[in-house]
Amino acid sequence: MVIAIVLVLIVVGSVAFHMLSPWWWTPIASNWGYIDTTLVVTFWITGIVFVMVVLFLAYCVFAFRHREGHKAVFDPENKRLEVWLTVITAIGVAALLVPGLFVWKQFVTVPDNATEVEVVAQQWSWNYRLPGEDGRLGTSAVEHISDENPLGINPFDRFGKDDVIIEGGELYLPKGQPVKMLLRSIDVLHNYYVPEFRAKMDMVPGMVTFYWFTPTRIGEFEVLCAEFCGTAHGFMRGDVYVVSPEEYQEWLSEQDTFADYAAAAKPEQDTQIAHNSQP
Amino acid sequence: MADLPHDTDPQLPPAEVADVMPPHAHSWWSHYVFSQDAKYIAIQYSGTAIAIGLVGLVLSWLMRLQLGFPGIFDFITPDAYYQFITMHGMIMVVYLLTAVFLGGFGNYLIPLMVGARDMVFPFVNMLSFWIYLLAVLVLVASFFAPGGPTGAGWTLYPPQAILSGTPGGAQSGIILMLVSLILFIIGFTMGGLNYVVTVLQARTRGMTMMRLPLTVWGIFTATVMALLAFPALLVAAIMMLFDRLLGTSFFMPALVELGETLSYGGGSPIAFQHLFWFFGHPEVYIVALPAFGIVSDLLAVHARKNVFGYRMMVWAIVGIGALSFIVWAHHMYVSGMHPYFGFFFATTTLIIAVPTAIKVYNWVLTLWKGDIHLTLPMLFALGFIVTFVNGGLTGLFLGNVVVDVPLSDTMFVVAHFHMVMGVAPIMVILGAIYHWYPLMTGRMLNQAMGHFHFWITFIGAYAIFFPMHYVGLVGVPRRYYEIGEPAFMTTPVEGLNAFITVAALTVGAAQMVFLFNLYWSSRHGRVAGSNPWKATTLEWLTPVVPPEHGNWGDDLPLVYRWAYDYSLPGAPEDYIVQTDPGPKAPTAGPL
Repeated sequence: MVIAIVLVLIVVGSVAFHMLSPWWWTPIASNWGYIDTTLVVTFWITGIVFVMVVLFLAYCVFAFRHREGHKAVFDPENKRLEVWLTVITAIGVAALLVPGLFVWKQFVTVPDNATEVEVVAQQWSWNYRLPGEDGRLGTSAVEHISDENPLGINPFDRFGKDDVIIEGGELYLPKGQPVKMLLRSIDVLHNYYVPEFRAKMDMVPGMVTFYWFTPTRIGEFEVLCAEFCGTAHGFMRGDVYVVSPEEYQEWLSEQDTFADYAAAAKPEQDTQIAHNSQP
Repeated sequence: MADLPHDTDPQLPPAEVADVMPPHAHSWWSHYVFSQDAKYIAIQYSGTAIAIGLVGLVLSWLMRLQLGFPGIFDFITPDAYYQFITMHGMIMVVYLLTAVFLGGFGNYLIPLMVGARDMVFPFVNMLSFWIYLLAVLVLVASFFAPGGPTGAGWTLYPPQAILSGTPGGAQSGIILMLVSLILFIIGFTMGGLNYVVTVLQARTRGMTMMRLPLTVWGIFTATVMALLAFPALLVAAIMMLFDRLLGTSFFMPALVELGETLSYGGGSPIAFQHLFWFFGHPEVYIVALPAFGIVSDLLAVHARKNVFGYRMMVWAIVGIGALSFIVWAHHMYVSGMHPYFGFFFATTTLIIAVPTAIKVYNWVLTLWKGDIHLTLPMLFALGFIVTFVNGGLTGLFLGNVVVDVPLSDTMFVVAHFHMVMGVAPIMVILGAIYHWYPLMTGRMLNQAMGHFHFWITFIGAYAIFFPMHYVGLVGVPRRYYEIGEPAFMTTPVEGLNAFITVAALTVGAAQMVFLFNLYWSSRHGRVAGSNPWKATTLEWLTPVVPPEHGNWGDDLPLVYRWAYDYSLPGAPEDYIVQTDPGPKAPTAGPL
């Protein structure tokens, strides 16, 4: 008896919590509204199934509880019912899967007009690299990494000279421009996660991963690492600003290029040697 | 045997294996310590698993204290926090759940339920336990090693798992973890081969495969899966050990750690993830299938009704077991593997929902028009259905590749897998202990303590994990020492986290009442007598209760019917045991 009431209360409580509680996702700031829609559809379908199954369970427990003289009905199989239930379930599952796969196709197909931004993760900070005037990123490798070349850009690659480097700083993105995030790590797994953008992908040392999105809302957003990366994982945060195209150009022109880095490194190296040579 | 009248019974096929009495213990040591009796080994396995499970429980308290009340407990540093979550996860999944279901229930129930005297290889069975115990001891030793246990997360993803930025990565924590896993797998393989061969070869006469109780089907299928899945983890553990100790680069690309270029190069971190999840996903079902089987039997016995759709249930178990080997990369949708894999693995993952749903329908339909006795095992079985349906349905979010993208690596995932493979199987374990305790001890567990335990555990566990989904939906990543109040949160989750922590502490404390009940009832519980639940299956039909060495006295039982002849029309009682040669129900078909 009590258990039947509790089962009903669990259903009512779960639905009420879902509908009334203030805990819900953060407003979206990218083009991935389709993902939100798919998620809401999934909530509805699974929610209805949950309510129906648990209420039916509660009814059974109440209606067929043991009473003196009551006897169960011997009922081993029912082919028709079993086939029907299987077919209905298969249709419901397909209804969830098919739209999901269409949205996934969009998610993994980068539009031709997307600009590239490279994110380079390390324990425990975010660095960025943007293509310079030539519009191309130079090649990179871990063995090129040094104090003067923190992202390991290939010094012999002419496309790399004008690459813009942002070391441990903030990223600006122009609103409305599709962007392909090229994700790279120089040490362990990380994951570049901005809740408002809905997208997410691990960064794996030794390879370049990616996702794409279009920022749709001007504002400041927090970057979080979403793949465990060691002791300071929970503190590996950063900021990304979505701004107007004009403001973006202004910001971009203030950043250092790889060539600037190399030039700045030279004199510093000389003073270092001079310092060391003193008795 | 030869003189018995029904030995010539044409209904029954001849025995495949000669009836041999297993070796008797000759001394106190071989009776109580190095026992070769499966029933005793089962209790050794379960006792060890519950002991290390208590460590896992305390670790969960500590991690919840940090999440619910950040900044209050100074001794929970980030390093310690990650060590707690790692050890909690590994202990609960491998050393508790796998060991209790297969080593515990498998050992106790398989020989009794199939009508065998013992496992077919008693000596290997004994070794299995002692190697398991060694694995547990190595695991425990890592808590006392310099640098402490590994804090790499229970998934142990390289490169961080073996680097200095992770607790235990550059010290011995990760080494001891991997060695312990290797030992566990060796020990498990010995036991697992035993369970499989016993089910296939040592069933008594008349016990066809399609007359086996679903408990045996669940444990049997899970064991076959474990024998196929654990080798992937074994090689992954050995390869990572080589990377850590010998400087190989199986999983290690060229990398710069904290400004220093390491000598690794050319390896693939994603290769480890494929190996890990090729084991890890079947592992979910290695825990779930025995629970599926056991709960089917609990529902049938306590609702006095046959399991609805027995044959469909068997094929669903086998089908889920097979499918679970081609869904593993749904754990890796955002791992950086080729994105087109997402299409394949999302499809297979959602297909597996169909046989799983069939099982749920059949459990509920077993209750339909039943005679439901609300005993403690029945209450826990109902708790299982609710939590399993809840956790199974959230699997449809995470399995559907694009819906997984925003939710992956958030607390939503933590809530999902705790509901579906933490709470739900533990509901079954607890229900099963209330059900079979009278067989193991001859006494019933105390009812008042049992009800207190059930209500706190069921409602409390739901209160922990249902709201946790919404913490993830808000956007809080998992494995965060401290989330704070970042701007993306429209509503801070602080209060919700504190609530979850209080619920977790309460549920944990209620388990102490259960442990006390186990002890108290063994001395003062009501004497059960034989077959207190009026069940049909063989384990309740031994000549002596609790069953003695060799289980069956002089003659093995002979089986004439399936395991679910409850409430047969026209029968004088509402159950007919499997050894009853009387007329079969006309509707029971070929079973």
